[in-house]
Amino acid sequence: MTTDASDTTPKPPVLTKSEVGKDAVHPGAPLVVLENVNKHFGALHVLQDIDLTIHKGEVVVVIGPSGSGKSTLCRTINRLEAIDGGRITIDGALLPQEGRELARLRSDVGMVFQSFNLFAHKTVLQNVTLGPLKVRREKADVVTRRAHELLDRVGVGSQADKYPAQLSGGQQQRVAIARALAMEPKVMLFDEPTSALDPEMINEVLEVMRDLAREGMTMVVVTHEMGFARSAANRVIFMADGRIVEENTPEEFFSNPRSDRARDFLSKILHH
Amino acid sequence: MLEVIQDNWDLLRHGFVGTLKLTVVCGIVSLLLGTLIAACRVSPVPPLRWFGTAYVNLFRNTPLTLIFFAVALGFPKLRFNLSYFEFAVIALSTYTAAFICEAIRSGINTVPIGQAEAARSLGMSFTQSLSQIVLPQAGRAAVPPIGSLLIAMVRNSAIASAFNVTELMGTSAEMVENGYKSLWVLLWIAVGYLIITLSMSAALAALEKKLAVVR
Repeated sequence: MTTDASDTTPKPPVLTKSEVGKDAVHPGAPLVVLENVNKHFGALHVLQDIDLTIHKGEVVVVIGPSGSGKSTLCRTINRLEAIDGGRITIDGALLPQEGRELARLRSDVGMVFQSFNLFAHKTVLQNVTLGPLKVRREKADVVTRRAHELLDRVGVGSQADKYPAQLSGGQQQRVAIARALAMEPKVMLFDEPTSALDPEMINEVLEVMRDLAREGMTMVVVTHEMGFARSAANRVIFMADGRIVEENTPEEFFSNPRSDRARDFLSKILHH
Repeated sequence: MLEVIQDNWDLLRHGFVGTLKLTVVCGIVSLLLGTLIAACRVSPVPPLRWFGTAYVNLFRNTPLTLIFFAVALGFPKLRFNLSYFEFAVIALSTYTAAFICEAIRSGINTVPIGQAEAARSLGMSFTQSLSQIVLPQAGRAAVPPIGSLLIAMVRNSAIASAFNVTELMGTSAEMVENGYKSLWVLLWIAVGYLIITLSMSAALAALEKKLAVVR
């Protein structure tokens, strides 16, 4: 069955994982660790006993039906949502209460939102330079050069002086990725980064994310893009009703889902 | 009609300058104080929020004349011996700030929550995200109500005349005593107020345009 004699793990030939060079990635030390995390929204128990470890260089894709708690899970990692129980550590440091220490920790965690959330009153360039200038107090010329490089890298270099509203959704989201990368984060969180985009713009954003994954960025991606999960993820987390129901390699998860919930979910989204 | 202004030019000018001074000083103080209290009201620190709410509820719901009396009678008792003008500034500014605070807060509420979340995600402190991201975008929506409040403040400044402050309204009594027809006296005083309030409205309209944020 194996396509390559030197490859010891059996791999279905239909998968294109080797395309993004994922085979070379060995999970590093634990970077983000969630232990027994619980969270309620009023009566709704939105996260139930979540245990999850994300290693350095790993790309973890979180999927599941809406309302399953996957966005909330993503947002607890930089404490945009406070948790009611359990613990979350980032690179060994426990997430502190709101304050200076939390702000410092957040600056190491890049966040990309479904609705982009670019600063509407700042130009594209200012959006990217603001964090390094105000939070890290880096030198303006260094930051500006890095910002231009990042904007070129995500393919919006020529839009640097425009305002967010003058850009397409796909361009805005790529700027948002550049803004997060400007802080040189240890881990990037993507909260449904393509869900608000027109279909023709989804790929340009996914392409930037694939490049990032290829370069070894640690990523947590909440998405409905199964193609991205197949091609770029090291691990797929399937959530339903506030729990992690299944956790597996993308090959195994998509070809052999173990739980009924996952089978049901996949049958609904993959065959239509 | 014209002799009122011809004969009393100096008096009217003094009154006008007095009202203008009250307007500028109280305007600046109440804008700064109002912004500070609005920051308290949206702060993540509960005691600051309580302070902000208590301030607004106290000063917004107390008649301005009562605040003038409290300041003018209370401060000397506490051995704060300031001029009548300074008393008037304190009374009028603390009162106006309570309303300005609420106008700014409603402006803050028009800024999508994602803007502050993105700022926090970059590692910005509460003060940074408020001053860099939220307030600059809140300004536009807050300008029209702030305009109304500042105009109300100019009109409220007339109360200061009862507390020995030279200002426009206070000059009327003197002119009427000197035998001028109160109708014409009050007409010119109204013109004085209109000059101040209308030029303020124009400035605020320009500011509103400048603060426009395209989404």
